[in-house]
Amino acid sequence: MKNLFSKVALSVAVVALTSGMAGAEAKGVSDNVVKIGVLTDMSGVYSTLGGKGTQVGVEMAVKDFGGKVLGKPIQVIGADHQNKADIASAKAREWFDNEKVDMITGLLNSGCALAVQKLGGEKKKITMNTGAASTALTNEACTPYSIHYVYDTYALGKVTAEAVVPAGGKSWYFLTADYAFGHSLEANTSKFVTKLGGKILGSVRHPLSTADFSSYLLQAQSSGSQIIGLANAGGDTTNAIKQAREFGIDKKGQKLVGLLIFDTDIKSLGLNVAQGMQFTSGFYWDRDKATRDFAKRYYAIHKAMPTMDQAGAYSATMNYLKAIKAAGTDDPDAVMAKLKSMDVSDFFAVNGKIRADGRMVHDMYLMEVKKPAESKGEWDILKIVKTVPAADAFMPLSESTCSQVKK
Amino acid sequence: MELSFQTVMSQVMLGLNNGVFYAILSLGLAVIFGLLNIVNFAHGALYMLGAYVALLGFTSLGPLIGMPDFHLNYWAALIVAPLVVGAVGIVIEKTMLSRLYKFDHLYGLLLTFGLALIIQGVFTNFFNVSGDPYEAKPEILNGAVNLGFMMFPKYRLWVICISLLVCFGTWYVIERTKLGSFLRAGTENPELVKAFGVNVPLMITLTYGYGVALAAFAGVLAAPIYSVSPVMGSEMIITVFAVVVIGGMGSIMGSIITGLLLGMVEGFTKVVYAPASSTVIFLIMVVVLLVKPAGLFGRES
Repeated sequence: MKNLFSKVALSVAVVALTSGMAGAEAKGVSDNVVKIGVLTDMSGVYSTLGGKGTQVGVEMAVKDFGGKVLGKPIQVIGADHQNKADIASAKAREWFDNEKVDMITGLLNSGCALAVQKLGGEKKKITMNTGAASTALTNEACTPYSIHYVYDTYALGKVTAEAVVPAGGKSWYFLTADYAFGHSLEANTSKFVTKLGGKILGSVRHPLSTADFSSYLLQAQSSGSQIIGLANAGGDTTNAIKQAREFGIDKKGQKLVGLLIFDTDIKSLGLNVAQGMQFTSGFYWDRDKATRDFAKRYYAIHKAMPTMDQAGAYSATMNYLKAIKAAGTDDPDAVMAKLKSMDVSDFFAVNGKIRADGRMVHDMYLMEVKKPAESKGEWDILKIVKTVPAADAFMPLSESTCSQVKK
Repeated sequence: MELSFQTVMSQVMLGLNNGVFYAILSLGLAVIFGLLNIVNFAHGALYMLGAYVALLGFTSLGPLIGMPDFHLNYWAALIVAPLVVGAVGIVIEKTMLSRLYKFDHLYGLLLTFGLALIIQGVFTNFFNVSGDPYEAKPEILNGAVNLGFMMFPKYRLWVICISLLVCFGTWYVIERTKLGSFLRAGTENPELVKAFGVNVPLMITLTYGYGVALAAFAGVLAAPIYSVSPVMGSEMIITVFAVVVIGGMGSIMGSIITGLLLGMVEGFTKVVYAPASSTVIFLIMVVVLLVKPAGLFGRES
């Protein structure tokens, strides 16, 4: 014990001497810099909804914070994980070990997110996930240093099912992307559909990045379901919706419900095709004055309105920096304690709170795509039909299987 | 799902619809490989480029040239896009590819693969990766026709017909005309053909231009069905290469027939066991390579 103490004392002394700091500041900022890494899909299928736009969000937050915390500079670096978990993990390791990165955000793609979050747990580094959807992140895969910030498959499935089933959409057939995310979304949504008295008629699992959905759509059609649920994302969702229109499926009484839709997907479909669709989102730029002010500033830099991932990355970064300031150190344990005890309230998150399992719960929104006639501008595409309070949207803490939750 | 006659027939039709895209793209690859010995990995990117020429011609060209009301319509795009992309191809061939003929295949492959990454990267930077809507589908091709066993969208029927026409037209020119015989002779023995006074380098340049123009043509045909996105080509190209390998590198008719057949096999897999639909073509490729390494229609050398 004495030996350990002298070792610690010695290393503190060495650190204090080499960095030329006074003793009181030694507990302040490690390496004299707070470094934030944006690791996400920068070039692939999800790069428009996240990508460089996520880094723009983070950089804006740093600038708005003043560029410095506790007197030390804040740096932002970015990298492309190409939607490959091994690349994501290797990059994160390099950042943690050699580049002095203190926190990683972005992390689109559940596979990449799970890999990096696990590493962060081992290395005691904070991960603030704004992009990925899987509920595993705050359940079996949670760590003391992981935060899931924007949305998850539980909230998406619950809010959408609670809107669609009571309105008459009792029987469902799923088109599901055949990987972890799609399965998770289908399972979560099915649970709520059944709970609300609906029934599941079947599902078809299609490979990721399918160009032609006509075959699956015909299978869904012959199931005779009232609702065709799309448990997929990005290009898969937009292709399925477009081709359903082409085959006149909606005219024969079946309704398509997209379970994860971003503003960029609506842009891709065009209002003509997408009008009237309802889905769940964690953010919309045109919700109130605060979101509009942010979006306007964001647009000036990025030339597009922020998606929920991109706006979420701003909010996550801002609150991370606030927590460092309040804790007086960037020590991950101290910062996490602060993050989990403070209220998260800004333009992005209303009634936000980071729970023990790392889930940031906040109000979610049921959105509807505007008719072309209602739209007054290029980005005037959605309206908020219903605001779902944080407590009703997300998985209750009591159901979480995360080891950080004391039961 | 029950495998009724109706189901099978409708899946065959949909498979044929995908098959014509495979056919027209693998045909372009076969023509290029047959005459230039280049494995053109830029084919997918040029297919994407064709779709974007159509899209931008419809949405952005008018304002750009100071005539906001001008839209390049679908029919014009079917001609303009292949011409534009063909011209791009000719520049690529003249400035870069032509320097590589004396080296191993591998260099051409690396160059075209690099080009594909660059073109795709540039488009990813400027356009929505989820795709942009192409809303220039002509009125006359809207709606569906009753084929007896299913309602089939008119546009897809048009795509099948015109693609088959272009594919077999190309086959006819190369295999059955005098111009085609020059082309084929040029690949066998360029020196000898030169001695007969034929401008072989020009022939090669135009062939490459035609091959990539076919890709652009397919891109325009695809634009109203799929989202026009920077990654549409890279998703397609891997499958198309498998088609080419199965058919036999360089075989014109082989690439057409294989493209159509594999489209149907894939369509059928989507009903029987959907998760395998993206792998079934590669399984067939493995089997074909084991049994007949030169491909179904390839000549053993």
